[in-house]
Amino acid sequence: MVARLDKVGFSHDGGKSFVFRDVSLSLRHGEFVAVLGPSGVGKSTLLRVLMGLVRPTEGLVGGRACAVGSGQVEGGRRSRAMVFQDARLMPWRSVMRNVEFGLEGLGLAATARRERALKALQLVGLEGEATRWPRRLSGGQRQRVGVARALTVDPDLLLMDEPFGALDPITRSGLQEELGRIWAQTRKTVLFVTHDIEEALRLATRVVVLAGGPPAHITGEIVLNLPDRSPDSPAFRTYAARLRAMIGGEPDPGGAPYWRSAEI
Amino acid sequence: MKEGLGRSTRIGLSLLGLVLFFGGWEIAVRLGALPAGMVPAPSDLGPAWLAEIRGGFWQQAILDSLHHYCLGLLIGSVLGAGMGILCGMGAVLDNLLEGVVRLLRPVPGLAWVPFAILWFGLNTAGATFVIAISVFWINFYAAHSAVRGVDPELFELSAAFGHGGFWGRLLKVVLPASAPGIMAGLRTGLGQGWMSVVAAELFGVPGIGARMMQASSLLATDVVVVYMLTMALLYAITDFLFGLVRNWVLRWQP
Repeated sequence: MVARLDKVGFSHDGGKSFVFRDVSLSLRHGEFVAVLGPSGVGKSTLLRVLMGLVRPTEGLVGGRACAVGSGQVEGGRRSRAMVFQDARLMPWRSVMRNVEFGLEGLGLAATARRERALKALQLVGLEGEATRWPRRLSGGQRQRVGVARALTVDPDLLLMDEPFGALDPITRSGLQEELGRIWAQTRKTVLFVTHDIEEALRLATRVVVLAGGPPAHITGEIVLNLPDRSPDSPAFRTYAARLRAMIGGEPDPGGAPYWRSAEI
Repeated sequence: MKEGLGRSTRIGLSLLGLVLFFGGWEIAVRLGALPAGMVPAPSDLGPAWLAEIRGGFWQQAILDSLHHYCLGLLIGSVLGAGMGILCGMGAVLDNLLEGVVRLLRPVPGLAWVPFAILWFGLNTAGATFVIAISVFWINFYAAHSAVRGVDPELFELSAAFGHGGFWGRLLKVVLPASAPGIMAGLRTGLGQGWMSVVAAELFGVPGIGARMMQASSLLATDVVVVYMLTMALLYAITDFLFGLVRNWVLRWQP
């Protein structure tokens, strides 16, 4: 078990009212789990609970990736890494040094750090921009650097907080494709927060819907079986309809045969 | 604003302004519009300056003042920026010192001169103290507000990648992120420091300020102006050199 949430709840006012509650979730090795939900249900907070940045008001957080207190594990690695919605690069560091950031303090020699950062940059196709300042990059490139920075610490669990939410549709689509390729290549365990049904269906192996409330809770969960991830495929549309229903708080229409939804 | 004017045009205009300033001044003195006993003509300044150099006074005054200036600037800047950073980072320290800061802040550097004389005497230490105090506050406030202005999301980033402790935040986020503000404070302090040099030396600690005081008591206005211009020159040099350092440190900025 890479990470586990057990009846986790979060409250801003010490327990009087909860943003979300009773959230239980297990992440198995190699899974790509999308947490889908409308804005304001605390998806990002849930992510930060797993990251160890926010203490849950109630419930337990466990699993291999979360058992390590400081997040630092043997072999120059970190147990968890995070990709933020706003890339969040340090403007005073070059692209390369931004990627190296997570490797600092792990006892690596400078050359080893550089080597690993360069490898991560190659993975996202930005090795040619290593010496540039972040302000010179496009939004999509900045986000790729954010992904490289997270990948370079070789985490057990990669947490992504709507990483493509602020990008234009074309760039977003390109990065989704690339993330899919990187995931297929690295088989990292990923928890991906999004409010975009299509995005969840394009990337995930499992979708968990956080909605309802307040307090929000998990209103449904689908393990995806999508050999064809094009949005026009019948299976894709059936899943999308089911997810929409879960977000709206309706009961799951279930695995309706695709011809039925296709007829409508 | 400045668009439409090329670099060389701007430099040319600025030089022309200086020529007009000194030319007008010279003419005003020659025509008697300004009393020659009160205002020296620019053409008198060269000989006065050469006399000061021949006597060795000019070089010695600069060396003495540079000594006070550098020492006071260093102490005041390091302590001021350091305290500003610490107060900006820690709410407890910030609130603890807020009353004291409000109490001491309005006291002008000159007001510390009696204490400088009492505590340190009419010597380098006393002059350094006065300069350091006036530089301290500029750097304190510059660093304080720069640190306060650091994007809190960078602290979250820092914590997410294992640098959430005090030193991690200080070295990986606070110092680089607030560098533009701290640098601006240092630069202002650089100018303020030269102003305080005169105040610190007026009471007899040897240096440019003391030399100006001696000259003015002898009504040698040309010598006074020579040292005024000397100070302007020294300020221009230090500001230029610091500008180079600043541009290198902040080379990541647009």
